[in-house]
Amino acid sequence: MTETDKKELMKLACKVRMGVIEAVHSAKSGHPGGSLSAADMFTYLYFKEMNIDPEDPDNADRDRFVLSKGHTAPGLYSALAHRGFFPVEELKTLRHVGSRLQGHPNMNQTPGVDMSTGSLGQGVSAAAGMALAAKKQGKDLRVYTLLGDGEIEEGQVWEAMMFAHHYGLDNLCVIVDNNDLQIDGRIGDVVDPYPIPDKFKAFGLHVEEIDGHDFEQIEKAFECARQVKGVPTAIIMKTLKGKGVSYMEDQAGWHGKAPNDEEYAKAMDELGKQLEELEAM
Amino acid sequence: MADIKKIATRESYGNALAELGKEHEDIIVLDADLAGATKTSIFKKAFPDRHIDCGIAEGNMMAVAAGIASMGMVPFASTFAMFAAGRAFEQVRNSIGYPHLNVKIGATHGGISVGEDGASHQCCEDFALMRSIPGMTVICPADDVEARAAVKAAYEFEGPVYLRFGRSGVPVFHDEENFSFEIGKGEVLCDGSDVAIIATGIMTAEAVKAAEELSGLGISARVINMSTIKPLDEELVLKAARECGRIVTCEEHSVIGGLGEAVSALLSEKLPTPVKRIGVNDEFGHSGPAAELLKDFGLSAENIVETVKSWK
Repeated sequence: MTETDKKELMKLACKVRMGVIEAVHSAKSGHPGGSLSAADMFTYLYFKEMNIDPEDPDNADRDRFVLSKGHTAPGLYSALAHRGFFPVEELKTLRHVGSRLQGHPNMNQTPGVDMSTGSLGQGVSAAAGMALAAKKQGKDLRVYTLLGDGEIEEGQVWEAMMFAHHYGLDNLCVIVDNNDLQIDGRIGDVVDPYPIPDKFKAFGLHVEEIDGHDFEQIEKAFECARQVKGVPTAIIMKTLKGKGVSYMEDQAGWHGKAPNDEEYAKAMDELGKQLEELEAM
Repeated sequence: MADIKKIATRESYGNALAELGKEHEDIIVLDADLAGATKTSIFKKAFPDRHIDCGIAEGNMMAVAAGIASMGMVPFASTFAMFAAGRAFEQVRNSIGYPHLNVKIGATHGGISVGEDGASHQCCEDFALMRSIPGMTVICPADDVEARAAVKAAYEFEGPVYLRFGRSGVPVFHDEENFSFEIGKGEVLCDGSDVAIIATGIMTAEAVKAAEELSGLGISARVINMSTIKPLDEELVLKAARECGRIVTCEEHSVIGGLGEAVSALLSEKLPTPVKRIGVNDEFGHSGPAAELLKDFGLSAENIVETVKSWK
C-alpha cells in the first residue's frame, strides 16, 4: 500500500465517521460507538476490497457483505453513501419515517445492502448460506460479514462457524470487531468470550489478528484470506469503540446513544480537524 | 375409506423434491440431521451435491437458507414442525419473513399424530406462529396427491412458504389425473347446505367421512379442504357461511391461532356466522399411537359428527 493510498483511505474513513455522526445526530438515536470502531473496515471493504459497483448494485456476480452486527448500520450506510450508492445527504434521514435508511439494514430498501440484519447472530449464518450458494453456482465471488465481539456470545455464531468450516467455505471472511465493549460493559465482564482467536481456531478457521485501525494490516489480512484454501478465514480486529471522537472513545455508554447538539458540534469539529490534518499532510 | 391407500405426506415431500430436482438445478434441500425422518433422504439419494445437512442447528439452517435464497437459488429448509416454526421462529421471522426471501420451509411431523415421541415433538402451534409473519404463505396439504402438488406450487411461487406435513399415513383420496392445486384456493370436496365443515391436513379425510355419516342422519354437510391456511380463501368461506349458515373448522392444531381462528376472524368481520372449532383445546399432547391420540383429542370423524349432531 502506497502512502498516498493510505492517506486517501484515512481521509475517506474520516468522512465515513462524519457521516455516522450526521446520521445518528439527525436520528436522535442509533449506534455510534460500533459504527466508529468499524469505520476503517467499512471504508476498506467498500473502497478497496470488494468487487462492487454502485451503478449496478444488484449484479449477481458482485461480492457480498452482511452486517451481522446490524445495529452499526450508520457505519455501513455512511460507507455506501460515500461510495456512491445513494446521496450522502440522505444519511440525515436515518431512522426517520419514510426513509430508506432503517434503524437496522433492510436489503429491500437500501441500495448496496445485501442482507437484512439486526437480530444478532443471524447475519453470519446468512453469509455462510451466500458463500455456499456461490460455490454451488460456480461463482468466483467472496462473502464478507462483520460481527460484534459481544455478538459472538450468541450460540448461532458458532453453529454458523461449524457449518462454514464443515462445507469448506474458503470464500467466506468473518470479521470480528473486537472493541471490547457491549451495552452492559466490558465483554470480559458481561459473559467473557475471550480468548476470541482461539475459539475461531478451535472451529477450524484460519485466523488473522490485526489492528482494525491500520489499513496496511487490514490489507494484508485480506490478502492472506484470499490465499487460504479449504477453510473460512476469521479476521479478529482490535479496535477502539467510538474511535475518532474523543469523548466517545472506549465508552460503553456511547454504544447506542445519539450526541446532542453540543456533542454533535464537538464531534464534527474534532473529525473536521482530523480531516484537515490529513489533507495538509 | 378404509381400504384406500395411505401415505404420509412427509413421504410425498421427499418424493416431490426428488421429482422437482430433476428439472430445476436451483433447488437446494437443507436438513437438520433428520433427513431419514423428513424424507429429504429421497432427494439426497438422487442429488447428493444439492442436499446440505446443517446438523442439529435449526436456527442456523433457516438463516443459511435465507442467504442461499438471496443468491437466487431456491432452498427447501426441512425439519420437524416443532423446530422449524418453534425453535427457529425468530430466524424465520427476521431472516426470511422480513426480507421476504424465497425460502420454502418443509415442516414435517406436525401435530398430535407424531405419536409416541410425545408433547415435546407434537407441534400444535405452527399455524399460529407462521400465520403471524407478514407475507408468509402457510399450506397444510391433505393427502399425498395434494402434498406433492403443493411442493411444486411452492417452488413456482415467489416468496416464503411454510409447508406442513404429517408423520403418519393418511388416505389418498385425490385423483391425480383430475387434480390441480392453486395456492390460496380451497376445494369443495362434497356439497351440502346444512353445515360447512372446513378442514385442513389430515382432518380433511375425517371431515369427508363425517359428512358421509351425517348424510345418513339427514344432515347435508359441505366439506371444504382448506389446504392454504394463509392467505385464506375468503370467498369460499363467505360463500359457505351464506349458503350453510353454520361452520365447523377442523385442524390438527391448537384451537388458538390456526384455521379456526382465521375463519372466525373473517366471519366476525364480514358475515357473522356461528362457528365451532375442532382442534387441540389449549393443552399439550402426550405419548401414544397416533390413531389412538387423534381419537383422544377429538380429532376424528366421530367427534365431527357428534359436534354437528349436538349443535342445536
